[in-house]
Amino acid sequence: MKLLEYQAKQQFATAGIAIPQGRLARTPEEAVAAARELGGIAVKAQVPIGGRGKAGGIAVVGTPEEALTEATRILALSIKGYPVTSVWCEKALDIGQELYLGITLDRERRRLAIIFSAAGGIDIETVAEENPERIATIWPDPFAGPRDFEIRQLAFSALRTAPELRPQASKIASGLVPVAKALYGLASRLDALTCEINPLVMLADGSLIAADGKLEIDDNAAYRHTDIAAEIAADSAAAVAAGHGEAGGEDPFEAEAVKRGLTYVHLDGYVGCIGNGAGLVMNTLDLVKAHGGEPANFLDVGGGASAEKVRNALDMVLLDPNVRGIFINIFGGITRCDEVARGIIAARDQLKITKPMVVRMTGTSEAEGRRLLQEAGITPGVSAPEAAAAIVKLTAEGA
Amino acid sequence: MSVLVNSKSRVVIQGMTGREGTFHTQQMKLYGTNIVGGVSPGKGGTVHEGVDVFDTVADCVAATGANVSGIFVPPPYAADAIMESAAAGIPLTVAITEGIPVHDMIRARAAVKAAGTLLLGPNCPGVVTPGECKVGIIPNHINKPGPVGVVARSGTLTYEVIQGLGQAGLGQTTSVGIGGDPVLGLSFTDVLELFATDDASRAIVLIGEIGGTDEEAAAEWIRSSGFDKPVVAFISGRTAPPGKRMGHAGAIISGNKGTAQSKIDALSAAGADIADTIEDVVAMIAKHLGKAVVAG
Repeated sequence: MKLLEYQAKQQFATAGIAIPQGRLARTPEEAVAAARELGGIAVKAQVPIGGRGKAGGIAVVGTPEEALTEATRILALSIKGYPVTSVWCEKALDIGQELYLGITLDRERRRLAIIFSAAGGIDIETVAEENPERIATIWPDPFAGPRDFEIRQLAFSALRTAPELRPQASKIASGLVPVAKALYGLASRLDALTCEINPLVMLADGSLIAADGKLEIDDNAAYRHTDIAAEIAADSAAAVAAGHGEAGGEDPFEAEAVKRGLTYVHLDGYVGCIGNGAGLVMNTLDLVKAHGGEPANFLDVGGGASAEKVRNALDMVLLDPNVRGIFINIFGGITRCDEVARGIIAARDQLKITKPMVVRMTGTSEAEGRRLLQEAGITPGVSAPEAAAAIVKLTAEGA
Repeated sequence: MSVLVNSKSRVVIQGMTGREGTFHTQQMKLYGTNIVGGVSPGKGGTVHEGVDVFDTVADCVAATGANVSGIFVPPPYAADAIMESAAAGIPLTVAITEGIPVHDMIRARAAVKAAGTLLLGPNCPGVVTPGECKVGIIPNHINKPGPVGVVARSGTLTYEVIQGLGQAGLGQTTSVGIGGDPVLGLSFTDVLELFATDDASRAIVLIGEIGGTDEEAAAEWIRSSGFDKPVVAFISGRTAPPGKRMGHAGAIISGNKGTAQSKIDALSAAGADIADTIEDVVAMIAKHLGKAVVAG
C-alpha cells in the first residue's frame, strides 16, 4: 500500500515530525481558499508515484488568482497514468537547506537501514550512483531501534562531504536525533518498507521540517493496518464524489485480480501465461519471449490449484483484449495434472474459449492429464520450450 | 552424505494441526522423515495423526530431543514460531510459511542469529536428503539419491530440476529451497559453503531469480573461496519488467538492482555454466558428471 504525500505527512505529524501547514483541495476553488488562508503556497499533485515535479505537477503560487490557474491546470493532469484528483496546498517554506532522511529495507543485511544525506531534494538513487560518498547509512538493532549516538554518527558522517554545512553540523545532528527516531518508530509501527522525507528542510531558524514524504506499507502486513487501507479507499471515494475518476490509477486488470484473489501482473504483450509457482511462471514468460512472443501477463495459480481456481485464472487472463492465446505451464507435484486438465476443459466449455491454448504439463498424474486434454481436443506438451514455441506460432500476427 | 538434514534428524512440526501442517506432516512421514512431535499451543498432550502434540517447542525438545523444526504456522504468528524454535535451541528451523510481514522477519532473523542457530526460508519449499529425511513440501516421488547438490529460490523450479535430474539418472545429495522472500535465513552462499564440505556433492545446481543481490554475493564467494565443484546456474525472470513484483515477495527489480542479467553476468564470471532452460541444466550437470542423458 502506497500513501499519498498528504496522507504520509499526516502520519509524520502524528509521530511528532514537523510538517508545513497545508490543505487538501479537490477543486480549484478549494485551492483558492487555501491560498487566501495560507498566503504563498506550493500546489502539489497527489499521485502515488515519483517524478511529479518534472511532469508539471508542482507549482509555487503567490496569489489566489495564480492558485486558481495552477490548480485548474494540475487537476487536469495525468502523471504516468495516474490522474490527479487532488492537490496538497502547502504554505511555502523559507528553505535554508534541503536534506534527505529515509528508511528502507536492506535485503543483504536483513535489517532496516536509515539513510541520511545532505544532498536532499533529488532522487536518492541518483545520489547513490553518482555521489555515494554523500550518503551515510546505519542499520539499527531491530529490537532496540536507533540509539541517539548512532543517529549523530549518521549525521556527522554524511555532513563530512558537505563542508559548506560545517557551521551547522552540530545543530543538524542534534535536530536529526528526534526526527530519525520518530521516523524509525513510525516505520516500525506501520510496517513500512519505504518511509522517506525528501527533502527534509532545515529552515532559516535551524529547525527541521518534512517538506515531502513517501510511505509504502508491506502488503504482507496489511491485515494490521486496515485503518490505512480504509483511508486510501476513502480518498478514492472522495475523488469520485468531487467529480474525478477513481484516484487509484492502478492497472484495472491488476485491481480485478486482487478482487479475485489471484497473483497476477499485467504486461504489454499478447500471450496469456498461467502456471503454478512464481519461479515457474517467471520462467514461462522467459520462454515465450525467447521464442519471439510477448507475454501479456504473469499469473500464478499456486500449489494444489483446484479446477475452480484454474477456471478463474483463465477467465482473468482473457479479460485482457490483447490476449491472442494462452500458455498454461503446470508442474504436478502436490498439484495433480489430471485435476488441472479437468479444470482447463471445464473452463474452456463454460467460458466458450475459442482462442488457442497450449498446455504443458509434467509431474504427478501427467499421463492421465494429457489423455484428458487430448480427448478434449487440446494439444498437450511435455517440454516447456516446445510448448512455448507452439503458442508463439499460434498467436503470431496473422496466424 | 548430505547437508542440513539426514536420517538422524528428529523433526518437530510447528503448526502441525492446521490444514497444511496436517497434510504435509503425513507426506513427510510417508517419506520416512522421523517426525518426533508437533507443537500447537493449547493442544499439548493430545495425539494428532499418530504424532504427540506439545504446547511449546521447549516441551517437545525436552521430551523428544527434536533437532529440526518445520514451521507451517500462519503468517501473523510465524515469526514468533521461528523465534520460539531458536530460543528452544533447535539447530535448524525450516520456515515454509508464505506471507510473513517483513518487519516480523527482520526481528525473527536477528533472534535466530543471536541464538546461533540456522534458519531456512521463509516462503520456501524446505529441504530433502533423498531416502533419508524431508522437511517441507517438496513432492515425495521426485527425489532420488545421487551426487548433485541443489539450491534454489523457487519451489516449482526446484521440483522441475529434481525431476529432470532424476529422469536422467542423476540423483541429489540434498535439495535446499532458500525461499522467495526479501528477508531470508540461509543465503545461496551459506548453502554453497555447506556443499563445499560435503564430499558426496560433486556438482551443484543453483536456481536463482530476479530481486536482491544474493546470487551476485554467491558468485563473489565462488570466486574468492576457490570453490572447485562445477556449478550450473539458472536464473528466472529474465524478461520481468522493473518495479513489478513477480509472485514472490522478493522477486522485484528495484531501480537497477536485482536484474537477471546482473546475476547471470556475475555467476558466469565466477565460472558457473549458465543454463537457458531446465533441460539445459540437466544436460550440463550430466556433462560435468560424465553421464549421458537418457530421455524419460
